[in-house]
Amino acid sequence: MTDQRSQAEIVRQSLKRRYRKERRFRAYGIAAIAVALAALVILFADIIGKGYTGFMKTTLTMEVQIDGEMMYLDDATDERQLKMADFVEPLVQALIREIPSATEADRDAVRDLINPYASVTLRDRLKENPEWLNTTRTMTFLAHTDVDVYAKHAGDEAYSIKLSEQQQAWVDQLQEDGVVETSFNDVFFQNGDSRDPSKAGILGAVVGSLLTMFVTLILSFPIGVAAAIYLEEFAPQNKLTDFIEVNINNLAAVPSIIFGLLGLAVFINLFGMPRSVPVVGGLVLTLMTLPTIIISSRAAIKSVPPSIREAAEGIGASKMQVVLHHVLPLAMPGMLTGSIIGMAQALGETAPLLLIGMVAFIVDVPDGFFDSATVLPVQVFLWAGSPELAFIERASAAIMVLLTFLISMNALAIWMRKRLERRW
Amino acid sequence: MKLNKAFATVALAGSVAAMSAPAMARDTISIVGSSTVYPFATVVAERFGTKTDFATPKLESTGSGGGLKLFCQGIGTQHPDITNASRRMKPSEFDLCQGNGVTDITEFRIGSDGIVIASSKNADNLDITLEQLFLALGKEVPNPENEKELIPNPYKKWNEIDSDLPNVAIRVMGPPPTSGTRDSFNELALQGGCEDLPAVADMSEDDMEAVCQSIREDGAFIEAGENDNLIVQKLIDDKGMYGVFGYSFLEENADRLQAATLNGKVPTAEAIAADEYPVARSLFFYVKKAHIGVIPGMEEYIEEFVSPAAMGPNGYLKSVGLIVPPREALMNLQDKAANMPNLQKDELM
Repeated sequence: MTDQRSQAEIVRQSLKRRYRKERRFRAYGIAAIAVALAALVILFADIIGKGYTGFMKTTLTMEVQIDGEMMYLDDATDERQLKMADFVEPLVQALIREIPSATEADRDAVRDLINPYASVTLRDRLKENPEWLNTTRTMTFLAHTDVDVYAKHAGDEAYSIKLSEQQQAWVDQLQEDGVVETSFNDVFFQNGDSRDPSKAGILGAVVGSLLTMFVTLILSFPIGVAAAIYLEEFAPQNKLTDFIEVNINNLAAVPSIIFGLLGLAVFINLFGMPRSVPVVGGLVLTLMTLPTIIISSRAAIKSVPPSIREAAEGIGASKMQVVLHHVLPLAMPGMLTGSIIGMAQALGETAPLLLIGMVAFIVDVPDGFFDSATVLPVQVFLWAGSPELAFIERASAAIMVLLTFLISMNALAIWMRKRLERRW
Repeated sequence: MKLNKAFATVALAGSVAAMSAPAMARDTISIVGSSTVYPFATVVAERFGTKTDFATPKLESTGSGGGLKLFCQGIGTQHPDITNASRRMKPSEFDLCQGNGVTDITEFRIGSDGIVIASSKNADNLDITLEQLFLALGKEVPNPENEKELIPNPYKKWNEIDSDLPNVAIRVMGPPPTSGTRDSFNELALQGGCEDLPAVADMSEDDMEAVCQSIREDGAFIEAGENDNLIVQKLIDDKGMYGVFGYSFLEENADRLQAATLNGKVPTAEAIAADEYPVARSLFFYVKKAHIGVIPGMEEYIEEFVSPAAMGPNGYLKSVGLIVPPREALMNLQDKAANMPNLQKDELM
């Protein structure tokens, strides 16, 4: 009796300690999650805090006298005359009129408030509407990047204001008059890259990413699924298939830059394909994503219960019918999930693209698979290294766009898994 | 069955996309080369694209050496048409070009770039000679007691080298060895301050270069990545830090950074253009003449680059930080663009 009681005593005594231990263990787990979440929150807060201004542009709205005499232009339909005409002067004159304190002597200072490409905008608008010649129109142009930085970041330590005191006073006045306005940056989504931050956009990079991803998907998905089906359902178990399996797993762990080197040696140097094109980028990323897709597809096929195969075989289906009619449809959600995650990985890749020339300054939005292109993460990389400070916020804005793509792809993968998943 | 067919189509489409390797003509000028020239050449390319009906040239920043290697690979649309360089072509690179059939090359010297040693406006500015700079950053420096003997760098603070220098620890951030800026910094700044020291006077050229171009590895020199914005950010946060980078980054951050005086010269655009500032280098681009007439717009691009609108005293390249050539040099460049003379090997020797 005494013996038993003492044992119960021991248990009771240790109980407290054991509870404490468990609480501590749980606390460790919560702390681990908190650290991960904090890192994520800091990352997002930093990117969004730095980058939200990238989604804003600064514009000048003014009444422009499109005076043919001043512009050396008497026929707006004549290509040659349009090329030679002076489109800067009407803009400078219009802005001088908007600033009461500015005179003809300040013309250089005034000109530095207008975006250098505003004259191109005026030329293009006039080309579309030749009848505007010798009329006065209210038009909106991009402001100079220095004005953009001042309007958005005056007093911000991280930016240096390059406007003179006089120009700053003008801009303050113009903001009150509604000439200088900050609005949603649609230019950012309509243009390709530019060396002028105000004019730079991500459309070229987004289109390049889509073209590259399309090539990657159309190659890696069928090849990956076919390889997985063969290895899982048809291949005999022997040394050779073991060897292949080990190598596929190894391939999944190879650093991506190696695939870039391979792409350079094989596709560009051996096959003579051009540099910087989405097809070559897609081929390289296909090599990189294939192992991921094969491995996840095999796991999906493996998870189909053998009873389904046996039942199909039992009613006389051939091996191919079993695979195509029963196994594949059931394994498809898992395969698609794996592929989407592989594609998301490929979307964020820059290293292999460096070697095949897709890290380049490309202004024109690509319009085909053999047109020079770059991709979103490369655009971020290029902007982050530019000397102009206004590119920093645009790089952060581009990161946000990239993250939106990645998060929606992952959300799609989760949704598909939830939606199509079957339980046995 | 349907699935079967779908698979076949997808696989076929994929293989067609993969197989149709193009023997296509290219209508975009392809430019490679130095990351120092890249910010200038991109502006020219973009202006050229909006001004003319030609496609905007494509630019890759591969570094001077990488660019010349690609450029000299051969003639044909798969090879680049123009390469930028922040140093002159080497005779060995010229031979590589000749060996691959790239015989006719024209060289353009487009201006200068200075390398500055900068710090935050709130820090003590340096007024330093190149010799003192070498003593601060060299891996092995002359022993103060015996100037013939080399010892591992003992200096921890700037004022240990000269009592006029600030009383702060020597901490300098600079570019990694892969960078052209680092090459020029080693060659012009460090070697410039070291080659006349008695300790290296009796050495062979190679040994002298090895001593003079070795940067200390005890933590006083910090290698940053190729991203100069990172160095700028660090300098603003940390008053005791000095940074090495190109002049254009100094100009962009002019109200927050100050540049050290080297050998009594402040890095201004004028001092760099006149070659008075000791750490200045020339920038170049090289044109493959065989591609003119094959790739549309090459002549016009070159014209745009050397036009007064770009490189003149009020040109747009000046506003992005290029130190433009003086008037006479610009006239020579325009002559060159009109005549496209071949580069001769003995010019490079």
